[in-house]
Amino acid sequence: MPRYLTMVRIDEKNAPAEGPSQGLMERMGALIEEMTKAGVLLDTAGLTPTSEGTRVTWSDGEFTVTDGPFTETKEVIGGYALIQAKDKAEILEWTKRFLAVHEPYWTITSEIREIAEG
Amino acid sequence: MTATSSAVEAVYRIESARIIAGTARIVRDVGLAEEIAQDALVAALEQWPETGVPDRPGAWLMATAKHRAIDLVRRKETYARKLAEAGRALEDVPPPEPADPDGIDDDMLRLIFTSCHPVLSTEARVALTLRLLGGLSTDEISRAFLATESAVAQRIVRAKRTLGRAGVPFEVPSGPERAARLGSVLDVVYLIFNEGYAATAGDDWLRPGLCEDALRLVRQLAGLMDGEPEVHGLAALLELQASRIRARTGTDGTPLLLAEQNRGRWDQLLIRRGFAALERAHALGGAPGPYALQAAIAACHARAVRWSDTDWPTIAALYGRLAGAAPSPVVELNRAVAVSMAEGPEAGLALTDPLVEDPALSGYHLLPSVRGDLLQRLGRVEEARAAFVRASELTRNARERELLLVRAGRVSR
Repeated sequence: MPRYLTMVRIDEKNAPAEGPSQGLMERMGALIEEMTKAGVLLDTAGLTPTSEGTRVTWSDGEFTVTDGPFTETKEVIGGYALIQAKDKAEILEWTKRFLAVHEPYWTITSEIREIAEG
Repeated sequence: MTATSSAVEAVYRIESARIIAGTARIVRDVGLAEEIAQDALVAALEQWPETGVPDRPGAWLMATAKHRAIDLVRRKETYARKLAEAGRALEDVPPPEPADPDGIDDDMLRLIFTSCHPVLSTEARVALTLRLLGGLSTDEISRAFLATESAVAQRIVRAKRTLGRAGVPFEVPSGPERAARLGSVLDVVYLIFNEGYAATAGDDWLRPGLCEDALRLVRQLAGLMDGEPEVHGLAALLELQASRIRARTGTDGTPLLLAEQNRGRWDQLLIRRGFAALERAHALGGAPGPYALQAAIAACHARAVRWSDTDWPTIAALYGRLAGAAPSPVVELNRAVAVSMAEGPEAGLALTDPLVEDPALSGYHLLPSVRGDLLQRLGRVEEARAAFVRASELTRNARERELLLVRAGRVSR
């Protein structure tokens, strides 16, 4: 049963300023509980904004440290979930459910990447 | 396969256990409930390509199945009696939590306890649990257990019939029966895991697919029975054992024992999950049950960065407690190994001496295998070689047989 890392990408500049609504938080909580009870959710968390983030780059044997926000990237990772599903179709279904708890005024992308085992 | 039909099947796989559980509460028969759930799937496969996938596909399937179940009950002559039963059964259910408006968690638990009912043989419990709760096809189950598909299909049909004939109620046992029945549920899940972890027959050293099915089941159980310490004990044990799966095979496919494994290949996420489940089991209090004790032993191994760091005295003490909580010759054998590591091979071998006479272990290859190891450490090479050869004759696993014969050949004077 493959494991997938799903990274939720959001556009920080165009995300709702007031953040997630009460209703979204409740629906998200219910979905996380459902996924836990289904035995598929291994780990999940949301990340603080990139304004609090830092990038450390290693190139030509030198470090470069850049503090956020990362404005040159349109969509940054806002959260992740580690999910074990039977196949691609199943992870797709869970991902759609995760996205569908958001109100229609959100634009978010969930990037699904299978974890290389072995 | 079209995109829609693969989406429909994925939805069905995710929801099938819940749909079967919700339907079984209405028709009081898990076999019939499964048929109705599959009818709902067929309806979806016919309709959704036309109408598009509904917003809440799981709810659509559930509503369709329940609708058919109610129709069926209505058509039966015993309608009034059934409805009275259903009404009573519904009254017995505690008011559902807000997170569970349809009482589906209760239905899922009823389905689990019914699938693992002691009226069924162990094989039937395993097959039915994988089928109804794990969502595996008979083909997948038969491949996992190296049985023919028709044998597995037969087993499942008979199991459903047995439940019907015995009039097994669709309910979660309460009172003193509950603990024993929960033990039966946990044993079934552990058995499934173990068949994957230490394949008893065939050419594979491991069949990880079964381990994953068992893990999913135990994670579901932990979500549904959060207040049961032993459920978290089993969850901890399986997460910790699964964390080592990757490391149990060398690059050339040879089985690697705990002492030889590259611990860098252990899965840290599963180790963390195992520790968390074990903490939860301890936090719930009470004397730790057999699975929690085994998990505590597995946790000792997980905490050792190197084989030489293993805390053998603690492990030997935990085996001592396990021998008190769930005495068995196999536990005694493992205790002997731990004692031999903590106090030396002599002490360990002394503990295995009475086991040689135990008829329960007469065909158990690990007894001569362990004794071979201890005899070798004591320099009793001829006896060690004979023990390894004996173990190789007893194991039904081809990879293990090779390993034991190599060890027999390597015993040096």
